[in-house]
Amino acid sequence: MSTATATKKKGGFLAGTANYLDERVGVAGILKEFGRKVFPDHWSFMLGEVALYSFLVLLLSGTFLTFWFQPSMVPVIYDGVYGPLKGADMSVAYSSTLDISFEVRGGLLMRQVHHWSALLFVAASGLHMLRIFFTGAFRKPREINWVVGFVLFVLGMAGGFTGYSLPDDLLSGNGLRIIDGMIKGIPFIGAYTSSLLFGGEFPGEAIVGRLYSLHIMLIPALILVFVAVHLFMVVIHKHTHYSGPGRRDDNVVGYPLMPVYVAKAGGFFFIVFGVIMLVAATFTINPVWSYGGYDPSPVSAGTQPDWYIGWLDGALRLAPTHLEFMVGNNTLSMNILLPMVVGIAFLVVVALYPFIEAWVTGDKREHHVLDRPRNAPTRTAIGAAGVTFYAVLWAGASTDLIATQFKMSLNHVLTTIQILLIVGPILAYIITKRTCLSLQRKDREIVLHGRESGRIIRMPHGEYIEVHEPLDEYEMYKLVDFKAYQPMLARPNDKGVITLRSRIRAKLSGFFFEERVEPVTATELEAAHDHKEIH
Amino acid sequence: MSSKGKDLVTGHDAEHEYEAGLAVVAPDAIKDPGLEPHRVRMTDKSEKHAKNAERQVTAMFLASIVGSAFALWAYFAFPLSPTDLGTVRSNTLFLGLGITLGLFGIGVGAVHWAKTLMPDAEVSEARHQTRGSEETRARAIEIIDLANQESGFSRRKLIRRTLYGALAFFPLPGIIIFGDLGPNPADSLKHTMWRKGTRLTRDPYGTPIKATDVTLGSVFHVIPEGLNESDHKLEEKAKAAVLLVRVEPEILKESDERKGWSYDGIVAYSKICTHVGCPVALYEQHTHHLLCPCHQSTFDLTNACAVVFGPASRPLPQLPITVDAEGYLVAQSDFTEPVGPSFWER
Repeated sequence: MSTATATKKKGGFLAGTANYLDERVGVAGILKEFGRKVFPDHWSFMLGEVALYSFLVLLLSGTFLTFWFQPSMVPVIYDGVYGPLKGADMSVAYSSTLDISFEVRGGLLMRQVHHWSALLFVAASGLHMLRIFFTGAFRKPREINWVVGFVLFVLGMAGGFTGYSLPDDLLSGNGLRIIDGMIKGIPFIGAYTSSLLFGGEFPGEAIVGRLYSLHIMLIPALILVFVAVHLFMVVIHKHTHYSGPGRRDDNVVGYPLMPVYVAKAGGFFFIVFGVIMLVAATFTINPVWSYGGYDPSPVSAGTQPDWYIGWLDGALRLAPTHLEFMVGNNTLSMNILLPMVVGIAFLVVVALYPFIEAWVTGDKREHHVLDRPRNAPTRTAIGAAGVTFYAVLWAGASTDLIATQFKMSLNHVLTTIQILLIVGPILAYIITKRTCLSLQRKDREIVLHGRESGRIIRMPHGEYIEVHEPLDEYEMYKLVDFKAYQPMLARPNDKGVITLRSRIRAKLSGFFFEERVEPVTATELEAAHDHKEIH
Repeated sequence: MSSKGKDLVTGHDAEHEYEAGLAVVAPDAIKDPGLEPHRVRMTDKSEKHAKNAERQVTAMFLASIVGSAFALWAYFAFPLSPTDLGTVRSNTLFLGLGITLGLFGIGVGAVHWAKTLMPDAEVSEARHQTRGSEETRARAIEIIDLANQESGFSRRKLIRRTLYGALAFFPLPGIIIFGDLGPNPADSLKHTMWRKGTRLTRDPYGTPIKATDVTLGSVFHVIPEGLNESDHKLEEKAKAAVLLVRVEPEILKESDERKGWSYDGIVAYSKICTHVGCPVALYEQHTHHLLCPCHQSTFDLTNACAVVFGPASRPLPQLPITVDAEGYLVAQSDFTEPVGPSFWER
C-alpha cells in the first residue's frame, strides 16, 4: 500500500496526465526508449518528410472534399452558379465538383490544396527515391525498405490517377479513354477487362464510383500501411548518415528526437503545409469548369495528363507507326503493348536494383554511412541514365507543345525524341561516369597536395610555385572515407566448372568496377608529404 | 551530454563479421579523426542574442495567431456571390493567405527555436547490427522447432498439405465474385448505332445535314440521328461519332469497293482514334490530314484515312454515306469494321 502513496499525483496537471498514461499504456518506457533517439540532419533527408507531410495534407483536404463530392455519373442538367455551363449536360460528379468550387466557401481552396499536395507527394517521393539511390542508402540492410518505398511511389501515382479522373471533366475523361484503349490492347482479355472496369461499354456510369472507392479507401489505406512499415524499418535500422569524421557504420550521429528533432520535423510539417496552402491560394490548378463535362466526341488540343503520368503517355506517343499485327484472326497491338512493357520493365529494374548491385559486389556488410555519388561512379551513371530515360519519355508526352511553342515540325520533334530515348541514356551514362571519376581524382589531388591557394611565390633559386594549403584532418577524412571495389574474374566452382552465373557476375563486376579511383591511404599521404619536403 | 557526445560509443557486434565481397579493405586507410569540435553559436555565447532569438520565435508564433484570426475573418468577409464569380477568387485568396500565415508562423517559429536556442551539438549513439545476437537467433529457432513439434506441422503431412490446398482454394470465390463488374462485351464493340438510312446530324444538337450545307473544305462533327434520345447516349457516342469533310472529288483515292461510299466529295470517317480511342478532332485543310491531339496519330483523309504518322496502325473506319430523297446525308449501313481502339478479337 505504501507504493500507492508514493505514486500519488504530484506536480499538477501535466504530471498527473503523464502518470495516468504511464499506468495505462506504459508511456514512460516508450519515452525512455525513443525520446532521445538520434536522428542525423541533412537537407536531403527532408525530401521523404515532404512526401509524408503532403500525404497528411492529402488526408485532411481529401476528407473535406468527400463531404460535398458525389461520385455519381448519373446525368444531370447543370443548374449551378457557373454561368457558361448553365443548362449543360453533365454528370453529378462533375456538377458537384463545380459546386465545391463555386458554392462552398474555401471549397476551391481545398480542391487546390488537394491537387497541389498530390503533385507534391509524388514529386517528393520521386526525389526522395533519387536521393536514396544516388547515396546508396538502399544497401544492406535497407533493400526491403527500398521496395516498400517503391511500392509507395507506385501507389502515389495510382492515387493521383484515380483522383484526377473523379471530377468527370472532359480532360480526365479523355485520360480514362486512353486507359480504356490501353486495356483493350491487352491480348485475349483486353475487351473483357475493360468491360469489367467500366461496368460495360466505355464510358458507362460506373467508373467514377469505382475509382472513388479505390481513391478514398483502398489506396490511402495501403499507403498508410506501407508508410507505417517504411517508418518502422527506419526505426529498426536507424537513419543513415553522410560520410564524415566520426560517422561510422556502427554509430549514428545527429540530434536527439526530443527536443530538437520534434521541433524541427514538427515545424517542418507546418512549413510544408504552409507552402502548399500558399500555392493553392495563389495558383489555379485543374480549372475543371473551363473543360466542360465529359463527352466522348470533343477534345482540346494540347491535352496532357498530370505530370507524373507523363512518362507513360510519352511512351505511348513514341511507339513507331504500324506496330499492329494480325495473329490469325486476332489483333496484336504492339503499339500499345510495347510502351506498356517498356514502362513495366523500367519499374521492375528500379525495384530490383539494390539486389542486383548487392549480387555484383558480394558485399554482405551493413552500410549505414552514405556514399557520395561520385564515389560510386557506375551506380551514379546508371542512375543518370535512368533519369534521362524517364525524362525523355516524359518529354515525349509534350511533343505537340514543344512543336507549337518552338515552331518546329511535330514529326521531327517526335523522331528526335525517339532517337534520344536510345541515345540519351547512353550519353548520360558516359558523361556522368567520366565526371564522377574526374571528381574523385580531384579529391585525391586535394588530399595529397592540399587546396590550390592561388598564391604564387618565387623560390630563392628562381622557381615559381603555387602554395597549396593543407586540409585539416576533418576535411580530409570526408574525402577519403569510402570503399573501392575490385572487379573479379570468373572462377571455377568446386567441380571445376565456370558457371554461366559466375561469368555474368564477373562481367558485371568488370562493368561496375573496372574503372575506379581508390581512396588515398595513409602511406600515399605520407609519401606525398615527403615528396613535398624535398621541394 | 558531453560524455554521450564522444564518438567512442560503439555498437559493433564483434561476434559477427560479414563478408566484404569485392570491397577493398585497405590496411593503411587514413584514420577517422572522430567528430569535429562543436562550433559555438552566438546565441550560446551571448544572452543578448539568445533573448533576441526568443523574441523572434515569439513574434512568429504571434504572427501565426494573427494569420489564423485573419482566415476566420476572411471566411465571413469574403462570401461567395452567385452573381459575381470574382468572389470565388477573393475567398480562395484571402482565406488561403490567412491559413498560410497561421501555418508558416508555427513552422518557421519552431524551426527557428530549434536552430537558435536548442543545443546544436551533434551526439553519437551506438548502432547495432540488425541481425539478432547468436543467443536470440538460437532461441528463435528453438521456438519455431517447439511450435513445429507441438503442432506436428512437419510430421502430419496430410494436415499440412490439405491446409495448403484449402488456402489455395479459399480466395477463388473472392475473385470470381467480381465477375459481375461488367458483362462480357461479346459483339457490342463491333457495332454502332449507324443503320441503313440513319441521318447524319450535327454534334451535339442532332439537326440533320443536307449535302448542300457541306461546302468545300468544311468539317462537320456528326452524330447519328436519335443519339440524344438514346438510353446509352455516351456509350453510343463513344463509338458512333463521325467526322464529315468535303473535298474535291478528284483528289479522293478510292478503292473500287469504296467507290460508292462517298457523296460528291463528301466523306465520313469514324472520329474515334484507332490507337487508344481519343477523338480525332483536328483537320488540317490544305494537307487533308486528320490529327489526334492525344498522341498525334495522323490520318490521310484523301487516302482512306491511312496512318501517315504517329502510333496508330489502322486507318480510321469509313462510314458509307449517300443522300436521301430530301437531300439529307444518310448512312448506307453501319461501319463495316469495329471502330475505336484495337482489341484482340476484333
